[in-house]
Amino acid sequence: MDKIELTIDNKTVEVSKGTTILEAAKTIGVHIPTLCHMKLHDMGIENKPGGCRVCVVEVEGRRNLAPACVTEALNGMKINTHSMRVVNARRTVTELIISDHPYECLTCAKAGNCELQQLAQDLGIREIHYEGEKSVYREDTSPAIIRDLDKCIMCRRCEMMCNEVQTVGVLSAINRGFQAVVSPPFEQNLDHSVCTYCGQCVAVCPTGALTEVDHTPAVIRALSDPSKTVIVQTAPAVRAALGEAFGLEPGTLVTGKMAAALRRLGFDFVFDTDFAADLTIMEEGTELLGRLSRHLEGDETVKLPILTSCCPAWVNFFEHQFPDLKDIPSSAKSPQQMFGAIAKTYFADKQKIDRKELVVVSIMPCVAKKYECSREEFSVDGNPDVDYALTTRELAALIKLANIDFHVLPDEEFDHPLGESTGAGVIFGATGGVIEAAVRTAYELYTKKSLPRLDFEELRGMEGIREATIDFDGLPIKIGIAHGLGNARKLLEDIQSGKSQFHAIEIMSCPGGCIGGGGQPYHRSNSSILKKRQMAIYSEDKMKILRKSHENPYIIKLYEEFLGKPMSEKAHHLLHTNYFDRSTIFEQED
Amino acid sequence: MADYKMHILVCGGTGCRASQSDKIVETFKTELEMHGLDDEVKVVATGCFGFCEKGPIVKIIPDNTFYVQAGVVDVKDIVEEHIIKGRPLKRLLYHDPATKSQVTDTAHIDFYKKQVRIALRNCGFINPENIEEYIARDGYAALGSVLEMKPSEATQMVKDSGLRGRGGGGFPTGLKWEITAKEKSDQKYVVCNADEGDPGAFMDRSILEGDPHSVIEAMAICGYCIGAGKGLVYIRAEYPLAINRLKIALNQAREFGLLGNDILGSGFDFDIDIRYGAGAFVCGEETALIHSMEGYRGEPTVKPPFPSVSGYLGKPTNVNNVETFANIPVIFNKGVEWFKSIGTENSRGTKVFALAGKVNNVGLIEVPMGITLREVIFDIGGGIRGGKKFKAVQTGGPSGGCLTEQHLDTPIDYDNLIAVGSMMGSGGMIVMDEDDCMVSIAKFYLEFTLDESCGKCTPCRIGNKRLHEILVKITSGNGIEEDIERLRVLGNVIKETSLCGLGQTSPNPVLSTLDNFYDEYLAHVNDKKCPAGQCKDLVHYEINANACTGCTLCFRNCPVGAISGEKKMPHYIDQSLCIKCGVCFEKCRFKAISIV
Amino acid sequence: MKIKTLADLKKIKAEVQEKIKLREQGENAGNIVQVKVAMATCGIASGAKETMSFIIEELDFRGIDAVVTQTGCMGYCYAEPTIEVTLPGKDPVVYGYVDREKARQIIDEYIVKGELVDGIIPVNYKTIDE
Repeated sequence: MDKIELTIDNKTVEVSKGTTILEAAKTIGVHIPTLCHMKLHDMGIENKPGGCRVCVVEVEGRRNLAPACVTEALNGMKINTHSMRVVNARRTVTELIISDHPYECLTCAKAGNCELQQLAQDLGIREIHYEGEKSVYREDTSPAIIRDLDKCIMCRRCEMMCNEVQTVGVLSAINRGFQAVVSPPFEQNLDHSVCTYCGQCVAVCPTGALTEVDHTPAVIRALSDPSKTVIVQTAPAVRAALGEAFGLEPGTLVTGKMAAALRRLGFDFVFDTDFAADLTIMEEGTELLGRLSRHLEGDETVKLPILTSCCPAWVNFFEHQFPDLKDIPSSAKSPQQMFGAIAKTYFADKQKIDRKELVVVSIMPCVAKKYECSREEFSVDGNPDVDYALTTRELAALIKLANIDFHVLPDEEFDHPLGESTGAGVIFGATGGVIEAAVRTAYELYTKKSLPRLDFEELRGMEGIREATIDFDGLPIKIGIAHGLGNARKLLEDIQSGKSQFHAIEIMSCPGGCIGGGGQPYHRSNSSILKKRQMAIYSEDKMKILRKSHENPYIIKLYEEFLGKPMSEKAHHLLHTNYFDRSTIFEQED
Repeated sequence: MADYKMHILVCGGTGCRASQSDKIVETFKTELEMHGLDDEVKVVATGCFGFCEKGPIVKIIPDNTFYVQAGVVDVKDIVEEHIIKGRPLKRLLYHDPATKSQVTDTAHIDFYKKQVRIALRNCGFINPENIEEYIARDGYAALGSVLEMKPSEATQMVKDSGLRGRGGGGFPTGLKWEITAKEKSDQKYVVCNADEGDPGAFMDRSILEGDPHSVIEAMAICGYCIGAGKGLVYIRAEYPLAINRLKIALNQAREFGLLGNDILGSGFDFDIDIRYGAGAFVCGEETALIHSMEGYRGEPTVKPPFPSVSGYLGKPTNVNNVETFANIPVIFNKGVEWFKSIGTENSRGTKVFALAGKVNNVGLIEVPMGITLREVIFDIGGGIRGGKKFKAVQTGGPSGGCLTEQHLDTPIDYDNLIAVGSMMGSGGMIVMDEDDCMVSIAKFYLEFTLDESCGKCTPCRIGNKRLHEILVKITSGNGIEEDIERLRVLGNVIKETSLCGLGQTSPNPVLSTLDNFYDEYLAHVNDKKCPAGQCKDLVHYEINANACTGCTLCFRNCPVGAISGEKKMPHYIDQSLCIKCGVCFEKCRFKAISIV
Repeated sequence: MKIKTLADLKKIKAEVQEKIKLREQGENAGNIVQVKVAMATCGIASGAKETMSFIIEELDFRGIDAVVTQTGCMGYCYAEPTIEVTLPGKDPVVYGYVDREKARQIIDEYIVKGELVDGIIPVNYKTIDE
């Protein structure tokens, strides 16, 4: 790679050709503030419309100021990142953004996490010299995401995530000039669009324009209702990220502290979604083997590959965009919903309480889970299997609200019977984890042999689309993995065109899988955080004595006492679902 | 046929009419009658000769004698000397200041013609729907000769001609072609930017309506030079006639084999498609234009990469504007040297302007670069309407600046206009007179920018809004002196930090009026007065009791009943009711109502 | 008709020019009047279509041998509709503000009798051929 040399703030810097001024400056410790720019390194995700103009710098000989995030550093450039001219322009631009922003910082959901707030602080903005009309938009509340566009600063990150990364294509800039804003088509609400509620727009929004629907008040109400038994389940990815909300290093596992905090919050039972993940493997793994053996027997009606169905945004995605594939995904419910179904039957029976007295709360790294638990098919007589889904962020807020000092909490265990899990359940939180867990169980069930190894490195990683062939004792099983819906689309299109053939495919909507979910503490476009969470997940798996779902004693017991065997009629009734063609729902409405 | 042996043409343009051309016509008629010549000589009032500086103009036909500054007193002499004795009146002939000689018409019949038509050469001459008429006027001959050259040779000719982009930026056209030609790609594109959006500018439309083949021919030439097989015309959907004529022209060109495969047996393939724009001003910016053609939101992106490297569908793309293309065939037909002989050192050739505003001869004109604003406004434009005083001229549309009296003798070219705080732009030229409030003018242009900003970058989206709000504050009488400084500071930040040309130039009308009409801003802010009487909130109407006859006309016309008074007695305006519509002022026959 | 070579193009150019010359100077040229109506958007907006059809009808009605064609913008926006009249053997003359009434006057006085009529717009530009 060609090297070039330039001067930034009187320091000479040598970088590769093609480097932006922003990146070049970073190499010598010059931090140029940015706002719209966002880059998840190594994941191929970058937003650089060059729109906010906060990162402008002075380039000697250039007529106007240059946006550092999109201007290529050239040999011999002389750059000043903090001259009078630059600082004046940068502060004015920031003042302008703030002048069209509600002054609601005290009550904003994003307070303390707002990148605009941080920028104003960093630039020492104390007064807005350009007060004027503010843009006002109608608020849009969907089952999972709230759009408060008064707070939109047109960074376009959400649009980039929705279109380029997820290829969902709901969010796009509309209108011109001062009225320009990001919106679903025809300014409809999100629930009238093909939004999957993946929440990646929320994950990257620098301000409070996009946030999750807040379920904490309802949970607080339930917790303080003495007539209710309130139980909680926590998804695998939560424990790998919750600590960040309390200032802990990314990648710190806080499983024990989390259980302790939940108990102190007043939950009657603290359970684990990982238990339901093990259950999912039992069902999904059995389903895979069933389809596989029928396929091997020459049954041509059998649908392969089998696609995972744990991810609710992914379910929404194929229901909207690939309805012809709706028979291919596993009919197994997601772990969250399996947990709810078992809790409100098996567990409620054990506790001898009516399902209406039992409130099931889930803690999820996910925004779409809020929508998933509200789906009609996941309720009995109007009583949902899972009552409320909180994000990792909402849990952190609840813990703070309850005056709990997270740092001094002891490590505590989950309760039984729905709190026991294996390492296979844990790795659900990272991309490739579900299929790895499935392989661990399916291999042993199929070959009737013990696995020679438990770590399938070939299934792990951060690459958007991965393929691997696992040897099932002589039978090569072809596995595909995609995370990010755009990658999922590519994989699906390859299948449709016959370009690729797989036996099983895992799809997760969020980059990195659930650890990168839309409900996690904000990564602030630092992709190393995602990697650290991923490492945390695999280390928890390693620490577990039991690492195969079918070895979970409470799962074995559940089948013995209640379900019979995987894919039994009862299991089918409680743990499986079916999908709908929702490609034309809006046409029908209109 | 006619009995008349001679015609006397008297300039009846508004400019000359102000210098009594009506009387001259009358006097000629009486004089001719006295000599019994009214059956042989006819006096005709004409439109403007475009030489008002030397008006009134009198021209004798058939001998084509051209008299300048001919007053009523000269009529007798013209009739007696010229008409009767056949001796031209030397004192009324034009003295060429350069050669110091009198111009007798036979020698330099065109000395008074300030315009040169290159881009508009066929507009108004040929039937645009008939390719043969274009061919008869050297049409496609340039393409024919280019196809016998090497692409690099032809490109070099465009470079040598000094032609610069006529869409506003003024980038050297040949250089642009050369850069695109150097890119290696399986496909390249030639794009014609016909998304004309400057308020008041319509030269591109006129060219496509009047001479579509010149653009088609030039695009094919460009395609050959840069190695592109495909051309696209991005045209506003609001130009149905231009689209229609372009379509007809494209079909005819294909029929004649001048588009398609193996053009003129050269082996060169080229064809052109039309893409429609939805009329967004920002889509005149080439990256926004390309995004719009690709089906995306018409938003600019940061350059580089320039379209010449990565343009339409990521392929090298050369974007030129309609007027630029219309110049191309002429360069090849008449030669580089000929083209270079017109215009100035750094701005060769001509520029088409849409002359509008308070001038007498509103119209589409094409003038050589280097002509002065004075010549354009006072000669070609026939001066200011109603004999009012010239105040300013806005060039470059909403991206340009307001120039004043002191700039009237500046030769117009790309660099000079920028040097005086405006720009060439796409050729809008709007003339303002003493009745125009410059703060309001700045506000008007900013309103346009506000409507047309795509909203992508902060300074243009919010900055211009704030700039406009400050102007509204000032024109409504609520401004403070600090606001004027704010305008300047904010305007400069917008200029320096905006993403595309639209934002970078949008504060120009504000900044240039601040430079040139600072006192007018001060009057609004400090004295709460609008010197031009345009800002409604800063003026009120008063009836001068001495002049009012009590005719009740104002009383009867006032829409809100703010005027009262007895018949034949002075009337009064109740200021608390008055909505300042100005009807009373217009209706009053006694000039009794004044704007204060 | 496909033009296959540059020579073909030149041939066609010569043919068309000849055709035009014939029209202007041929045996019948003595009688043929040429009228061009500026029919760009600006002209049409000012009524050029009506003017053009009136001229066609009127010349036809009077049996005057004429060619009436449309052309593009002549640039005199202040004086639309504009037309250019070329009498046999004479220089073209442009008239502005040509409504029905003006058109009738131009036919009556200029086309029929060769008398110039008020409202001529003098050509105030040079062409590339000068």
